[in-house]
Amino acid sequence: MGLGAYLRNIKDAAVTIAEGLAVTASHLVRKPYTVQYPDRLPDGVRVQDTLPFRYRGILEVDLEICTACLACERACPIDCIVIDAEKDKAAGGLVMTRFDIDMAKCMYCGLCSEPCPTGAIHHTPEFEGADYSLESLVRKFVKAPVLAYKPKKGGETDPEIAPVLERGMRYVEEFAVNAEGPSEE
Amino acid sequence: MQQLVDSLLGPQASVPVWVAYFGAMLAFGGLVVFGFVLPIAGITTWVERRVMGRIQSRIGPNRVGPAGFLQWLADGIKNMLKEDIVPIAADAPLFKLAPYVVMTGFIAAFVAIPFGGPLIIADLNVGILYVTAVTSLVVVGILMAGWSSNNKWSLLGGIRSAAQIVSYEIPAGLSIFPIVMLAGALSMQQIIKAQGAAPWHWFVFENPFTFLAFFIFFVAALAEGNRTPFDLPEAESELVMGFATEYSGMRNLLFFMAEWGNLYVIGAIVTTLFLGGGRLPGGLENAPAIVSIPLQFAVFFLKSYFWVLVAIWLRWTLPRIRVDQMMIMCWKYLVPLAFVNLLGTAAWMVVFPSGLEAMRIALFALAVVLGIAFLIRVRYHLRRAGLRRDELSFNPLAGARVPGLG
Repeated sequence: MGLGAYLRNIKDAAVTIAEGLAVTASHLVRKPYTVQYPDRLPDGVRVQDTLPFRYRGILEVDLEICTACLACERACPIDCIVIDAEKDKAAGGLVMTRFDIDMAKCMYCGLCSEPCPTGAIHHTPEFEGADYSLESLVRKFVKAPVLAYKPKKGGETDPEIAPVLERGMRYVEEFAVNAEGPSEE
Repeated sequence: MQQLVDSLLGPQASVPVWVAYFGAMLAFGGLVVFGFVLPIAGITTWVERRVMGRIQSRIGPNRVGPAGFLQWLADGIKNMLKEDIVPIAADAPLFKLAPYVVMTGFIAAFVAIPFGGPLIIADLNVGILYVTAVTSLVVVGILMAGWSSNNKWSLLGGIRSAAQIVSYEIPAGLSIFPIVMLAGALSMQQIIKAQGAAPWHWFVFENPFTFLAFFIFFVAALAEGNRTPFDLPEAESELVMGFATEYSGMRNLLFFMAEWGNLYVIGAIVTTLFLGGGRLPGGLENAPAIVSIPLQFAVFFLKSYFWVLVAIWLRWTLPRIRVDQMMIMCWKYLVPLAFVNLLGTAAWMVVFPSGLEAMRIALFALAVVLGIAFLIRVRYHLRRAGLRRDELSFNPLAGARVPGLG
């Protein structure tokens, strides 16, 4: 090694160490990102509210817009969704008598919410699922037999269902955007 | 110290003088160790964890006491109450002794380390030589711990530490020589007195060689203190704390107290040798003792602790270097450069017997320019991150910046 290379090594060491110190020094004046969940949040702030719309928390089903297509049940890789639906001529369509999701089994993969045509089954930002028994982790959505939703031509007009459907479709459409690659945001 | 005891005893002493000296020594030593050294080692662990947190965009310990300040006490109490485990296959007497050897080597250094002004336990006429000698006692303790643990990781850590400390003693010692030559003394107090209060009268700016010697000494001192990027003997990821693997409870705590306390020792030695110690501008130094001594202590302490912070900052900037890189750096770079500094300073003293004022001011100006260039670089990195004004804070205890969480 010649003298030139020797001195260059010393210069490189000094410059790179100084550069590294400059990077860490710039981090010293940035505020930390830490969220002090659960006991030191500002008043009235729930950490769930700050999570992204697509956060994969505990599953929920909006039965008003569920079409009982069973796409989620088929998509679930570990069979934690069980749906019972029968044709009922008198009621005028499919009637669901059971829609259970076993959150103890669920692995939060999100495969059930991907094929859902209306966004009825979706993850919520809620993640506090601790409980004392496995049985109580089974979420039973059908309290009484309920008629499955049928998409209407010309959009939904019922003021009670329209906002739910709008939210569900927003959920579905974000999949479509993400399928083309990461969004610009 | 001696005058103080003499004046307290008066002319007709009823106790033998050596008993009084011995008692005063013990009392002052105890005061320094328990009132200063141990708290400073403990508080430095808290400071380190807070600084590390900020560098990694976290908060750090903040639960025990205000801003987590009492965390070090909680950790200390926890460690004292923990079970003291000695492995069956370990060499029990050596295993039990090792932490005390490390601790002794570290605390003994405080005998000759000044605290600013007249505050020093004993102003030995071989001061700096004594400090370098006694701090290398630490390597004996570490090697002892590594061997007696009867564990391959520990042994590797101990051997690495021995190789590292023995190697880096040489550039450290060689960087002390120019200062000793300039001051004409080994005594810590006389080295400080040979420097002035103004920054350009510090030895670091005396000539270009001492300027370089300062950096060599600081790097070598970090290596001797087993600090990142030279923490090969501990190497959490490969050696699982190396020589301290098998230790638990109080003995483990002693190792860590020595490590963090050693940071302050490094800062104090750097301040004494290169940065003018606790010198104050002329008038203030001759002020009444009640004013000048606390001021000199404060100046000395701030200068020392700044280098502790720099060592912490370096630790969270640089990755650990490899063993061969560590050896190459010492023997191929630091040792030759330290020799150049030694000869260069000697030549400088022959050519300019009373130094060169223009060079001192020029070197000080160079340091200021380098500092400003560094700050511009920091600003560049902040700009590049594209942060909003409210995401920045100079408050060391600033809260989080998650939207909606303040």
